[in-house]
Amino acid sequence: MALSGVEIFKLLPKTNCKKCGFPTCLAFAMKLAQRQTSLDKCPDVSEEAKRILGEASAPPVRPITLGVGDKAVKMGEETVLFRHEKKFVNPTVLALEIKDTDDEARQDQKIEDVLTSEINRVGQLLRVDAICITNESGDAAKFEALAKKVSEKAADVPVIVATEDPEAAKVALGHFSGKNPLLYGVTSENLEAMVSVAKDAKAIVGVKADGLEALSELTEKVKSLGVEDIVIDSGAKKGSQILEHNTLIRRAAIKKNFRPLGYPVINFVQRDDPLYETLLVGLGIAKYASIVVMSSAEKWKNLALFTLRQNIYTDPQVPMQVEQKIYKIGEPTPDSPLLITTNFSLTYFIVSGEIENSKVPAYLAVMDCEGLSVLTAWAAGKFTGAKIANFIKESGIEKELNHRELIIPGYVAILSGAIEEKLEGWKVTVGPREANAIPTFLRSRAA
Amino acid sequence: MAFVVPKESFAGKVFPVTIGTEIQETFGGENTLPFHSFEGEIPNRPLIAYEIQDIPPEDWPETVREVYSEVSDDPAKWAKYCVDELKAKAIALRLIGTHPDQKDLSADDAVKVVKEVLEAVKVPLIILGSNHVDKDSEVLVKVAEVAKDRNCIIGKAQEANYKTIAAAAMANGHKLIAMSELDINLSKQLNILITQMGFEKERLITDPMCSALGYGLEYTYSVMERIRLAALAQNDPVMQPPMLADVGMYVWKIKETQASEEDLPEWGSLQERGILWEAVTTASLLLAGAELIIMRHPKAVELVERFIDEMMG
Ligand code: B12
Ligand code: SF4
Repeated sequence: MALSGVEIFKLLPKTNCKKCGFPTCLAFAMKLAQRQTSLDKCPDVSEEAKRILGEASAPPVRPITLGVGDKAVKMGEETVLFRHEKKFVNPTVLALEIKDTDDEARQDQKIEDVLTSEINRVGQLLRVDAICITNESGDAAKFEALAKKVSEKAADVPVIVATEDPEAAKVALGHFSGKNPLLYGVTSENLEAMVSVAKDAKAIVGVKADGLEALSELTEKVKSLGVEDIVIDSGAKKGSQILEHNTLIRRAAIKKNFRPLGYPVINFVQRDDPLYETLLVGLGIAKYASIVVMSSAEKWKNLALFTLRQNIYTDPQVPMQVEQKIYKIGEPTPDSPLLITTNFSLTYFIVSGEIENSKVPAYLAVMDCEGLSVLTAWAAGKFTGAKIANFIKESGIEKELNHRELIIPGYVAILSGAIEEKLEGWKVTVGPREANAIPTFLRSRAA
Repeated sequence: MAFVVPKESFAGKVFPVTIGTEIQETFGGENTLPFHSFEGEIPNRPLIAYEIQDIPPEDWPETVREVYSEVSDDPAKWAKYCVDELKAKAIALRLIGTHPDQKDLSADDAVKVVKEVLEAVKVPLIILGSNHVDKDSEVLVKVAEVAKDRNCIIGKAQEANYKTIAAAAMANGHKLIAMSELDINLSKQLNILITQMGFEKERLITDPMCSALGYGLEYTYSVMERIRLAALAQNDPVMQPPMLADVGMYVWKIKETQASEEDLPEWGSLQERGILWEAVTTASLLLAGAELIIMRHPKAVELVERFIDEMMG
C-alpha cells in the first residue's frame, strides 16, 4: 500500500537540510507521497528507510521493458481498472507468433509482415511490436534454426521465446543475448532448470500456470529464485476466461496490492479466422493484457488493432493535440490558399492529409482549441469568429500572403459573417464539410 | 501470501427490456459488469438489430451496400431478407428519408413504410427517425401510433424533442431511446426529464451516443463504462436502463471503411477492413456495457455473435 506523506516523513532524516531542493523534509515527504519526486533526491536517507519506502512505493504492476533500443516496449505500471479514472500507461504489446513448424516461406512472410507493419496514425508510429517464436515441433535444433533466422532478419524486434524445454530455450536464447528477450514457458514442472537458463541469458521470465492460485504460487517460487522481472499467463484461452482472469489479476494487484500477481499479463488468443481473432486481440487490449500473441498480422487487422490500442490508451483528460501555428503543406507561395482548423490531433491529421492528397500547396492555420474537434470546439465557444480573427491577425500570416481569403470548414459555415466582420479586408470562403472533399475542392479552385 | 479471489458484487441491476409481440427478445437484466458472469448474473445476451432504411442506401459504402443491392429498394423486402436469409433477431428501421436534407419525406410516407415492415416481419422492430429534432417529433409521433401495441422501440428522443416523442411512445405502448451527447450528466438529466413525464424508467434505453473506432470511440467507451458503474455500484436507478450502441451509421461513413487499397496500400484490403471496423467497434462497446446494438454488415454481425458466444460461455 502507498504510504501517506506523514508516514514517509517519519522515515526521513528530519534535518531540513534542503539538499533535496525542498524547504523541509515534510514538504519533500508530501511530494513523494504524490509521486512527484523521487527518494534519491535526498542524499542522507537511511538504508532502512530506502527499503521500506522502496517496497511501499513499488508500482502495483511491475514495470518491465521487453527488448532493447528504439523498438523496446514497456509493460506494466498500470494503476487503475477503468480508463476514465486515469490514463492507462503502457499500451498492449502486439506479438506475432512464428512456429518452428511453419514452413520457411511462411516464417519469412511473417517476419516480413512484422518488419513492414509500421503505420503512422495521428502522428504516432505504430507497429506490431514483437515476435513470439514457438517451439511447436519439440525439436531443439528446429527451434534454434528459427531463432537464428529471426535474430538475423529482425535484429531489433523484441522477442518472446516460447518453449517448455530448457535445452531448446537455451539454444534459442543464445541468439538473443543482450536483447532483453522474454523466455515464456516456465511451469511448476520445469521451474528450476528454466529459471536457471533464463538467468544465464538475462531473459525476462514468462510463467504459465493453470488458474490464479497456482499462478500466484509459481511467481512466488520464481521470485525466491532471485528473479524480479516476471510476465504471467493464467492459462486462459477462451474469451470469457481471459476477461475473468485478467480482471481478477488487475484487481488483486491494484486494489489489494497482492504482489504475487503484480506483473504484466500475457494472453495467447490465436484463432482459425484472422477476422475473428482480431476481436480477441481487442479484448486483450481493452481488458488489461500487457502482451497479446496473435497468429497473423494482415494490414487491415493491424490498422484496426493499432487504432483500438491508441483509443484505449489515450489520456481521458487531455485529448491528443498539435501545436498552434500556421503549417505549410507542400511548398506554398504567397498566392497559395489559407485554410483554418482546430488543433485536435485527429482533425489536424485528417485535414492536412487531405490537403496533401490534393497536391495543391497550402497554408493550414491550426488554432488552439484545447484539442477539440471543429464542431465540438464551436459548440464549446472556443472556435468563434472573434477568436479566429484574433488568431489570424496575431499569426502574422498576412505578411506572407498576396491575398486575404480564409477557407473555413463547411460544418461551421455559420461563422463566416462573424469572421468577416472582425477580420477587416478579408473574405471568408466556406469549404466542404467532410475533409475527403478537400482535394476536389482545392483542385477545382486551382484550375 | 495466499490468493483470495477479489470478486465484486453489486447492489444495482440493469433493467431487462423485452420488445416485440409475436416474437420477443429481451436484453439487459444483469447485475454485474459486461460478461462478468464469474461474479454475477447475466440472464440475457446482448441483442443485435440489423439496420435498414426507408430509402435506398445510396450513401453507404459499396462493401455494405452491395449486400443488400437486390432488396434495398423496398424496406419490407429488405427487412424480410434480413430475417429470412440473415436470421436477424431484430430490425432497426431508420427513417432517414424524412430528413429535410435527404428526401424530406412526410410523416405519412413514413407511416406507410412502417406499416409495410410490420406486416413483412414478426421480429421486434426499432423505429428510428432521421435525427432531425423537429422533423423527428412530427414523424415519430405518427409512426408510434401506427405501430400501436407492437411493443417496438421508438427513437431517438433528445433534449430538444423528448416531450412529444416520449408521450407518443407512452401512449402507444413502446419502449423509448433517450439520446444525449457523450456526457454522463447529460444522459442522466435526460432520463430524469423523461421519467418526470410519467414514462417508466424500465421502458427506457439509454443512448450515450456512439462513435466509431478511431473517431471518438474512447469517449463512448468511457461514458458507457461510467454509466454502467453508476447503475451497478452506485445503484442509481436513472442509470439502470440498458444501453444502445448505434454502431453501423458511425462506422460506415468514415474513411477506413471507404478508401481503396490502391490509394492506401498500407491499410490492406478494403473488404476485410470495413467489416472488421464494424465488428471491432461493436465488440469494444459490448465490453464497455452496451446491450442493444444496431449494425449493418452480416459478416460483422456474424463475427460479433461468435464473440458473444465465447464471452457468455
Ligand atoms: C468526441 C466528441 C466530443 C468529445 C470531444 C472530442 C474532441 N477532442 O473534440 C467530448 C465528449 C469532450 C465532447 C464534448 C462536447 N460536445 Co461533442 N462530439 C464529439 C463527436 C462524437 C466526435 C467529434 C470528433 O472527434 N470528430 C472527428 C473530427 C475529425 O471532426 P472535425 O474536427 O469536425 O473535422 C472534420 C470536418 O470538420 C472537416 N474539417 C476539419 N477542419 C477542416 C478545415 C477545413 C478548411 C475544411 C474544408 C474541412 C475541415 O474534416 C474532418 C473530417 O471530415 C461529435 C459527433 C460526431 N460524430 O461528429 C460530437 C459533437 C461535435 N459534439 C457536440 C456537442 C454539442 C458537444 C458539447 C457542447 C456537449 C456535451 N456533450 O457536453 C461538448 C462541448 C465540449 C466542451 N469542452 O464544452 C455536437 C456539436 C453540435 C453542433 N452541431 O454544433 C456534436 C456534433 C454532437 C451532435 N450533436 O451530434 N464532444
Ligand atoms: S535532503 Fe533529505 S534531509 Fe535534507 S531536507 Fe530534503 S528530505 Fe530532509
